[in-house]
Amino acid sequence: MLRPSTSIPRRGRGPLWRDPAIRALVAQAVLLIVLALVIGLLIHNTLLNLEARGIRTGFDFLEGRAGFPISQALLEYTSDSTYGHTFLIGLLNTLLVSALGIVAATLIGFAVGIARLSPNWLLSRLATCYVELFRNIPLLLQILFWYFAVLRSLPSPRQSLSLFDAFYFNVRGMVMPGPETQAGFSATPIALLIAIVVTIGLVIFNRRRQAQTGQRLPVGWIGLGLIAGLPAVVFVLSGSPLHWNVPELTGFNFRGGVQVLPELLALWVALSVYTAAFIAEIVRSGIQSVPHGQVEAANALSLSSGVTLRKVVIPQAMRVIVPQMTSQYLNLIKNSSLATAIGYPDLVAVFAGTTLNQTGQAIEIIAMTMAVYLVISLVVSFLMNIYNARVAIKER
Amino acid sequence: MGNNNKRIFSRAALLAGTAAALLITQAAQAATLDEVKSRGQVRCGVSDGLAGFSNPDANGAWQGIDVEVCRGVAAAVLNDPKKIAFAPLTAKERFTALQSGEVDLLSRNTTWTASRDNSMGLNFTGVTFYDGQGFMVRKDLGISSAKELDGASVCVAAGTTTELNLADYFRANNMQYQAVSFDESSQTAAGFDSGRCDVLTSDSSQLAALRLQLQNPDSVVILPERISKEPLGPVVRQGDDQWFDIVKWSLYAMVDAEELGITSANVDQMRDNPPNPDVARLLGKDGNFGEQIGLSNDWAYQIIKKVGNYGEVYAKTVGADSPLKIERGLNALWNNGGIMYAPPVR
Repeated sequence: MLRPSTSIPRRGRGPLWRDPAIRALVAQAVLLIVLALVIGLLIHNTLLNLEARGIRTGFDFLEGRAGFPISQALLEYTSDSTYGHTFLIGLLNTLLVSALGIVAATLIGFAVGIARLSPNWLLSRLATCYVELFRNIPLLLQILFWYFAVLRSLPSPRQSLSLFDAFYFNVRGMVMPGPETQAGFSATPIALLIAIVVTIGLVIFNRRRQAQTGQRLPVGWIGLGLIAGLPAVVFVLSGSPLHWNVPELTGFNFRGGVQVLPELLALWVALSVYTAAFIAEIVRSGIQSVPHGQVEAANALSLSSGVTLRKVVIPQAMRVIVPQMTSQYLNLIKNSSLATAIGYPDLVAVFAGTTLNQTGQAIEIIAMTMAVYLVISLVVSFLMNIYNARVAIKER
Repeated sequence: MGNNNKRIFSRAALLAGTAAALLITQAAQAATLDEVKSRGQVRCGVSDGLAGFSNPDANGAWQGIDVEVCRGVAAAVLNDPKKIAFAPLTAKERFTALQSGEVDLLSRNTTWTASRDNSMGLNFTGVTFYDGQGFMVRKDLGISSAKELDGASVCVAAGTTTELNLADYFRANNMQYQAVSFDESSQTAAGFDSGRCDVLTSDSSQLAALRLQLQNPDSVVILPERISKEPLGPVVRQGDDQWFDIVKWSLYAMVDAEELGITSANVDQMRDNPPNPDVARLLGKDGNFGEQIGLSNDWAYQIIKKVGNYGEVYAKTVGADSPLKIERGLNALWNNGGIMYAPPVR
C-alpha cells in the first residue's frame, strides 16, 4: 500500500537561522515587539505632553456631573446625571436613529428597486428619477433640507395640524398619544409572544409537510390572523387595560403623550431616503444577475409570478444583494453622525461635542467615540456575514 | 448651503486632526513668541461669526472687539495689526484648537471659568467684556420675566457655559424646559427664528447681536434677568509664561491708555511730550517695560497708534458707534462707574 509521505525529509539539522519556520516566527515576534514599543512610546509621550500642558487625563471625568440636559433621552436622564450617562444616552440615540433608518431604507429600497424593473413605464421611470435624484445630492444637504425647509413650513404649536385630535404636527415635531398600561395588561404581550411562537412552529411544520407531501397551507394568512387576533382577543377579554394619554396644549407646548423631535424625524427621513436610493440599485442589480432562464423555467412549471419572485428570483438575487447591503447599513450608521448639524442629540453631538467641550479631554472622548462606531460596525458586519453565509450558494 | 456643507466637514476634520495632533506633538514647546516672529503672523482663534465680537464685514475683513484684541497683540509683537491669520471656530472646537497649537491665542467671547482655566491646560489672560446670560423671546408671547418660561423650548449653543447655566437656572426656579442645542450661533438663531424654540438664550451682548440678524428684530424682546456672570476674555495655552504676559499686557495697555486719555489720534503728540510719568512709561519713553516681555519698548505705542485704546475699540465695535449700541455698563472704567481696571505700568 502506498502512503503519501507526510513530511519532506530533512537535510540534516542545520543552524536555527536556516530553518524557514523558525525564521518566520522570529520575524513576526520582532515586528510585534517593535509595534508594541511604538504604540507604548506614543501613549507615554502623549501622557507626558498632556501633563506638561496641565491637561487633565484619564477616564475619571465619566463620573462627573454633566450639568446639561439632552432633548431626547430613552432612559432617565437629568442635568444631574454623569458624563458616563451622557455617553450612554448619546449611544442609544445613535442606535435608535440607525435602527429606524436601516428598517425604513431597506423597505423603501426594495420597493423602489423592484419598481425600477417593473414593466409599467410610469412606475419604472418614477423609480429611476427617485434613485438619480436622491443618491446624487450630498446627504448633509438633504438633512438640512428636511429639517429647515420641510419642518420649518409646519405651523407653531398653537396652530398645530391635528389628526383625529390625537396626533399633532407642528414645528416642534410630532406629538401623539402615549400608551399608559394598567393592571392586567401583561396578558396581552404574553399572548403576542405565544402567537409568534406558534406561527414559527407552523412555518416549520408547513415546510416539512411540503417537502414530504408537496402540499402547502396558507401559512402567511394563518400567522397574520394569529399574531393580530390572539392578542386582540386577550386584550378585550382582560378588560382593555390600556389608557391613551392624549396630548394637550398647555402654555407653550403640548403636555402628555409622546413627543417625536423634528430633529429625529428629519434625520430619519434623510438617512432612509438617501440610503434607499443605493439599496434600490443593489436590489436591481441583484435581481438582474439572476439568469432569465430561471424565470422562464419557473414559468414553464406554471408557477405564479409572485411565487417566482419569492421562491426563485429573490433567493438567488440575495447572494448578490447581501454583501453590498452590509456596506450600506454600515454607511447609514456612520452617516447618522451628521445629526450634529441639526441638533439631534446623537453620540457625536452630546459626547464628542458638548462633553468634549465641557471637559476638554479630547483624546479620551474621541477614542471612545471612534471605538463605539467601530464596535457597532463590526457587530453589524458580523451579523450580516452570518446571514450571507446562509444565503450563499451551498457547494455540495 | 454648499459652503455650509464644506464647513461642517472641514470642522469634523479639524476636530479629529487636532486630537491626533495632541497625540503626537513633542513635549518640548518652542516659545510661542519666537514662533510668531519667525512666522510673521499671529494665529488668532475667533468666533464663527458674531456681530460686534468677531464677524467678517462686507469686504471679508474680520471686525469686532475680540478681533481688536488680536490686532493689539499683532501690533505689539509684529508692529503690524494686519499680520494675523484668523481661524473661525465653533464653541465646540475652540479649546481643542488652542490646546493642539492650531492657534496662538483664542479671543472668542469665551467665558472665564475655573474648570477651563485649571483643568484644560489653558490660561485666561484677562477680561475683554463683562457679560451676563439673558433670554430673548418673541413679543407676541406677552412674557416680561424669565420666571414665566416654564415649559418653554430653549435654543442654545452646544458646549457653552450658557447650556450649563440654563439647566441650573430652570432647576433652581423649579421650571421645566426643553433644550435644543446647535453647533453654530447662526444655527441657534435660525432655530429661534423658525419657531423651533420659544426662547433664545445666550450672553446678553450676543442676544443684542443675534437680534439684528433676525428677519424682524422688533418682533422680539430681551428679558431683564441676567442669570450668570460671564467674563469674556482671551485665552492662551498654559506653560508659556512669556506669551501669557504679552497677551495679558496687550489688553491692559489698551485699558490703561483709555484711563490716561491716550487715543490713536493723540498718541504721537503724547509720546513726544508726555504730560506725566505714567504716559511716558506706557509709551516707552521711560523704563524698559517692553523688553521685559520680549518686545520692543514702544509696544504699547504700536497698539494704541494702530488699534486704539479700549474705549475707542469698544465704541467702534459694540458701543455707541456700532449697530449694537451696548451701554458701557460694567465695562466702563473703574473710575467711571464700571469695573474695567488694569494694573499700572510701573
